[in-house]
Amino acid sequence: MDNKPNDAARKDEPGEEHAGRDGSANKKNGMNRRMFLGAVATIGGAAVVGTGTLARGSEDFSGYPNSYGLLTDFTACVGCRSCEQACNEANNLPKPATPFDDASVFDRTRRPDAHAYTVVNRYENPKDKNAPIYRKVQCNHCKEPACASACPIHAYNKTPEGAVQYNADLCFGCRYCMIACPFYVPAYDYESALEPKIVKCTMCYESRLKQGKITACAEACPAGAITFGKRDELIKIARRRIEKSPDKYIDHIYGEHEAGGTNWMYLSGVPFEQLGFPKNVPNKPPIELTKGFLSSVPLVFTIWPALFGMCYAAVRHQDEVHEESCTAKHKEGEK
Amino acid sequence: MSNDTAAVKDNFQSWFMDKLLMGMSWPEYLRSLMTPFNIVAAIILSIGLPLIAVRAVQGLASVTHASNEYPWGILLGWGLFSGVPLSATGFVMATAYYIFGFKRYHSLVRLGVLTGFLGYLFAVIYLLTDLGRPWRIYYPMAVGFGTASVLFLVAWHVSTYLTVQLLEFSPAILEWLKSRRTRKWAMMITIGMTIAGIILSTLHQSALGAMFLLAPGKMHPLWYSQYLPVFFLSSSIYAALAMVICVSYLGARFLHDATDSNFRSTLAPLTIGLGKGAAIGIYVYFALKMIGVAHDDNWGLLATGYGNWFLVEMLVFVLLPGLILSLGVKMQSAGIVRIGAFSAVLGVIVNRINVSTVAFNWNLQDHLHHIIPPWKEVAIVMAIATLHILIFRWILNRMPVLREHPDYKESH
Repeated sequence: MDNKPNDAARKDEPGEEHAGRDGSANKKNGMNRRMFLGAVATIGGAAVVGTGTLARGSEDFSGYPNSYGLLTDFTACVGCRSCEQACNEANNLPKPATPFDDASVFDRTRRPDAHAYTVVNRYENPKDKNAPIYRKVQCNHCKEPACASACPIHAYNKTPEGAVQYNADLCFGCRYCMIACPFYVPAYDYESALEPKIVKCTMCYESRLKQGKITACAEACPAGAITFGKRDELIKIARRRIEKSPDKYIDHIYGEHEAGGTNWMYLSGVPFEQLGFPKNVPNKPPIELTKGFLSSVPLVFTIWPALFGMCYAAVRHQDEVHEESCTAKHKEGEK
Repeated sequence: MSNDTAAVKDNFQSWFMDKLLMGMSWPEYLRSLMTPFNIVAAIILSIGLPLIAVRAVQGLASVTHASNEYPWGILLGWGLFSGVPLSATGFVMATAYYIFGFKRYHSLVRLGVLTGFLGYLFAVIYLLTDLGRPWRIYYPMAVGFGTASVLFLVAWHVSTYLTVQLLEFSPAILEWLKSRRTRKWAMMITIGMTIAGIILSTLHQSALGAMFLLAPGKMHPLWYSQYLPVFFLSSSIYAALAMVICVSYLGARFLHDATDSNFRSTLAPLTIGLGKGAAIGIYVYFALKMIGVAHDDNWGLLATGYGNWFLVEMLVFVLLPGLILSLGVKMQSAGIVRIGAFSAVLGVIVNRINVSTVAFNWNLQDHLHHIIPPWKEVAIVMAIATLHILIFRWILNRMPVLREHPDYKESH
């Protein structure tokens, strides 16, 4: 279930950029954890299913060890949009109306949509008006993704390598994942009548990660703002940067704990709220919030029939007693 | 031979006239349809149905906001999240009558079951209109199992419960078709189906609330609570009682010929009885909601704009209907109870729209501007709702729901 053999062979310097990529990410995990649990649970039949997962799922899951991630450093980003362009080309997305070197797109705040996995937005720098801050937005690839917890068809899948994958072949378009995502990431292809689908960053899973390459955006970044590596090591890198330049950074690695932790993390010189990051994202993985409810399902299935069956029996019993006494009285009257 | 064919044809014709045209000939039947209500309905349908076709051909973007921040609009806020609690009528009435033994309510049980069945059927129709790929509606049942998802539970339960309700209502259909033997079979499973209905209903009514548990950061804290499942379940129970009061009143008022004297003469006292139950349900729900505010210590938020709207919901759309219902019960006035019931139903709709639309994404910029639905989506909702009413009326006019079938009077 993990990449241990690869890992042991690797001796990356933890401080090195692109740390931790060894190219042979284990792809033989035929059955991942969630899928396995789902299969086990499903045997029990629809209703009890939720519970099966829960009984097993209540073990502490703190993410796949050795999964990959990315660290975006907003203090380094220069807003060149090379990452947007590289992403667009690597994923064969449609050419945008305004070219990638046109800075006018920064005049309004954009978001990833049906045609773009990632976008860069510009924010005013409160410390220095002449040095705006640029923020790259894309899927954060949560350790315990809310989208996957929401999906009724299991169209989402967290791979051991760290990517949150979406399978359009399974999706029926309820868009509950979009409701659930605390980061407003999944976009929907509303324009399509026959093949609408969710569109979001794939961490270049199929096209590059599996071939041993790092994500297109990280490779393209000329400013060294995007670091690819093992998530655990990225956290160490981020800590060291904060320690080294406490004036440059705020003391917060966004994504280390948010929503249960994400595989894509961020460093910033200003509070993250000022860069449009959502407030109020709890540190608990969202799935924890529905576990309690789902664990009541088997109780209802076992207790309700007994309870309401008993009510029914009691009422019938009363009716019978009543009828008997009536006929008895009737007979007495006849005598 | 030709005689035989003629006889079969005659038979069919009389069956057709009897069952479908309510004993009228075609010209008579068509004349009977020319009413102001039907003309309004036809206008609404002539706008909404083509828009559904547009949606099918050009995708959701052609009729909805197609927003990535607001994936759900009024199609689900009204059709699913409001429609399902108002359709708890089937399970509430069947439980009261078959399980708890409230035998006096016999004449309203079938109406409750039919209201529930059609409500769920149409909730699914709204859902099909809103799903990106509606032809995959069965996927959670057969293709992929998202067992950790609350929506997976909702999908299974709503589809199972739809079947259960069809079975529960089937005696009425079979009486209409004069199929005595099948009807007997259908009657035998009533208790089992009723208990199955209780299980499925308690779980999916609350699950609709539990769906929002997954999005704590996006919901306004006054509407987000770990008690959301309990809120949704408890409000669905009084919603159901109020809904039966409303629907039975409308039936008696506008479909006089479909009712029998027993239905009409018992309606007022039964309305008052249901009103009493609904009032108690409202007070329980009100208390739960207050516990919710206290549990998260959100009292301070009541002084904000959203807090004021929360207070309006709680006082005007929850407590006030309860007080009107209690007044009606106290004065033994079915009329006052009905006013309370209509306002209680409205209150449940307000709550579900608040949870699914107003409180959701409240901290986004221009939020209140974004939740105004586009007119095309409203027109589609109106068309589906109109279709709902027309089919409801079609059934009430033909099948023994508001009346007893003379052949089966003693058989329950």
